[in-house]
Amino acid sequence: MNVSDIRERISGMASRDPGLVLGVLAIIYLAYIVAGLVFGFALRGHLNSLANLTFYIGVFAMLALALNLHWGYTGLFNIGVVGFMGIGVYVTAIVSKPPVAQGGAAQVGGLGLPLGVGVVAGVLAAALFGLLVGLPALRLRADYLAIVTIAFSEIVRFTMMSRTFQTFTVPDTIDVAVFGVELFSFDPAADTVGLGGGGGLILNHLPPLGALLRWLHLWEPYLGFVGWVQANFIANNPKPVVDSLVYGIVLLIVVGLYYWLLTWTGESPFGRVLKAIREDEDVANALGKDTNRFKLKSFVLGCALMGLAGILWYSGRGSITPPSFRPNITFYVWIALIIGGAGSNTGSVLGGAVFAALLYEGPRYFKNLVEAAFNVGDGPGNFGQAMAAMGSLDPVPFFVYTLNSINQLRLVIMGLVLIWLMHNRPLGMLGHRKETAASIDLSRPEGTGTTDDAVAADGGEQQ
Amino acid sequence: MVVGLVAVWLVWFLVEGLFTGRIEVNDVLSYAWDGLLRGLIVGLASIGLSMTYSILNFANFSHGDYLTSGAFSGWAVTYLLAGLGDANVGSLLLVGAGGSVFGGALGIGITTSPLAVVAGMIVAGLATIALALFIDRFVYRPVRDESGITLLITSIGVAFALRYLIVFVFGTDVRGTTAAGDVPTLSLYLLDGTVRINAHDLTLVVVAVGLMLGVHLLLQRTKLGKAMRAMSDDEDLARITGIPTEQVVRYTWIIGGGLTGVAGYMFVLWKGTLGFNDGWLLLLLIFAAVILGGIGSIYGAIGGGIIIGMTASMSVIWIPSEFGRASAFLVMIVILLFKPQGIFSGRTTA
Repeated sequence: MNVSDIRERISGMASRDPGLVLGVLAIIYLAYIVAGLVFGFALRGHLNSLANLTFYIGVFAMLALALNLHWGYTGLFNIGVVGFMGIGVYVTAIVSKPPVAQGGAAQVGGLGLPLGVGVVAGVLAAALFGLLVGLPALRLRADYLAIVTIAFSEIVRFTMMSRTFQTFTVPDTIDVAVFGVELFSFDPAADTVGLGGGGGLILNHLPPLGALLRWLHLWEPYLGFVGWVQANFIANNPKPVVDSLVYGIVLLIVVGLYYWLLTWTGESPFGRVLKAIREDEDVANALGKDTNRFKLKSFVLGCALMGLAGILWYSGRGSITPPSFRPNITFYVWIALIIGGAGSNTGSVLGGAVFAALLYEGPRYFKNLVEAAFNVGDGPGNFGQAMAAMGSLDPVPFFVYTLNSINQLRLVIMGLVLIWLMHNRPLGMLGHRKETAASIDLSRPEGTGTTDDAVAADGGEQQ
Repeated sequence: MVVGLVAVWLVWFLVEGLFTGRIEVNDVLSYAWDGLLRGLIVGLASIGLSMTYSILNFANFSHGDYLTSGAFSGWAVTYLLAGLGDANVGSLLLVGAGGSVFGGALGIGITTSPLAVVAGMIVAGLATIALALFIDRFVYRPVRDESGITLLITSIGVAFALRYLIVFVFGTDVRGTTAAGDVPTLSLYLLDGTVRINAHDLTLVVVAVGLMLGVHLLLQRTKLGKAMRAMSDDEDLARITGIPTEQVVRYTWIIGGGLTGVAGYMFVLWKGTLGFNDGWLLLLLIFAAVILGGIGSIYGAIGGGIIIGMTASMSVIWIPSEFGRASAFLVMIVILLFKPQGIFSGRTTA
């Protein structure tokens, strides 16, 4: 492959995939902004909801990309996503939380290492557990692998909740001695470490955004920028809003990195073997590829990426508790991936964005809009009261009850959307299960339509 | 080899504990009794999952929410019958959503309100059959010929929609359903303490064993059982030999749905609380039972259910109680890895 070929390939990509993603994102943001203006949001509320939207688009796009490596590329049916996320964020917390002596009220301490070290440790831990699960389990049928992975994620959650692992006391000095000869003595900073049990962990380390900006020596300019916003736009404590907006942008940059990494992986010889395994493992095996090894590598890489996504999702929160790591999150990621289309990285990003905007944040945003525009007041406390009012031909209480239950109802909507997708669009928006794995163009030359030309321009893979 | 060593250690730990008095005999028996009852529920619920897994060829992740649906519909009827006249009909039908009525205050129990309990149990079964047939008609039948994974993902959608519809109607609170103080209890004195057996335990045993025998007779003595076996082996072959496959599928849902609904109702009667997550939390144990027993074998499902229930309850002898369910999952994972065809393999449906 020569230089002009590469350049052509890049330009082909730039004209299509990122364009599509940016277009969809633009539509989503425009819809949110217009809706907010129409219903009369204040600037602060507006920016907050946009920051929230960006955050969820970012995390779901990342997770969908990582899952796409498992399911879309390699055909591994992993429904333990949330377990790997939890491992990542818990390990990060333990490594980076300050020792109790500094933390004061925080119940369990950590090792007090910089957040960067914690993130690396968290990602490695997620990868390690991916290896532990994958080593025996990847030989199994898809549905058995599904059951093993979901059971694993539940075991992870039980472990987080367990009192046994709640807290350990770290000795003041650790002496490593062999046959009575002291090799070295080690004085750990931590007093206690642990998983915190049902109460979870208070994340009193630096938030990821602060740590990142300090590391890049951008902290002072950033504070200056916050001051400028305070002077010109939001007079009253603008930092949380600016923080969350900037963090959202950081997440989108990370999504870009994931996309780049996974597209590169998918187009490499390694990725072609993965696709071959997905289509027919026996054939790939017969062609001399050690399919188990390839599957394991893909699984471990995906788990590491899930761990990182989990860290980026939860580390900015004040605390983490085990109920955040219920299997629901796994299924959110699956819905995002299926909306976008398994097998396509662009589809994964789009699916993450559409899922976050329409299904995850959309209903809540709608509720906020309605509450900002109308004075709905307190609705009926339960379904019975709502129906009783319905009986006397007053639909308002039922409507208010529905609005108040929107957090639950959006899960009903997700379920129905999933069923509809499986019935009508099982390949999602951009599912390419039949994409060519060859690196050369296999399309017939006589195709003269504009779309065919564009497909040829990017090598017939991955639109 | 490793399994053997682990087993030797477990036995040694138990025997040594019993000798030194660290573990009490009555505790062990109480755990075993608890495990047996849990196992009967899991076994009852897993028959349906096992049948649909082998005949329709997919892992139904909405099965746990069928259980919850059955429990809520049955308990709505029980509340209505037990509390008619004492409380508002709406609150009764919503099983006391938002703390409006309490099961304990209505005096619900097998001895105090037997009619309400039996009626509730029957309604739970019937409602779940209706639900299963409805969902099959509109959700699963259109994608019947797709791959198992497509159906699995669809069933996840069904699970979400069902569970949170239940939340929408009945609310998220976990309610106490029975008058726990009024249940007659038998205390058996054994060596160093007592083992308690109450009337709801015995009701559960009678209902579960009765239904299991009924299913056994149904599948042994009728052509339906033979047709089911034929279908789970090869659906196309079954169809060309003249087996009305759609009808067999319908009967599968009827039998499986009915047992699941009753299992959900009995589960709530036995443990005395009802919440929207009950079925979902039981689902992985049910899967464990099905896999342990070998997919498609109803005897395997029953046996697997009892083993899984006992594992979840008795493992607290060796490990902290938080890991009871985890140990059952671990047993399932080990079986999947080393003997994926199940420990009672070889015999499929009936």
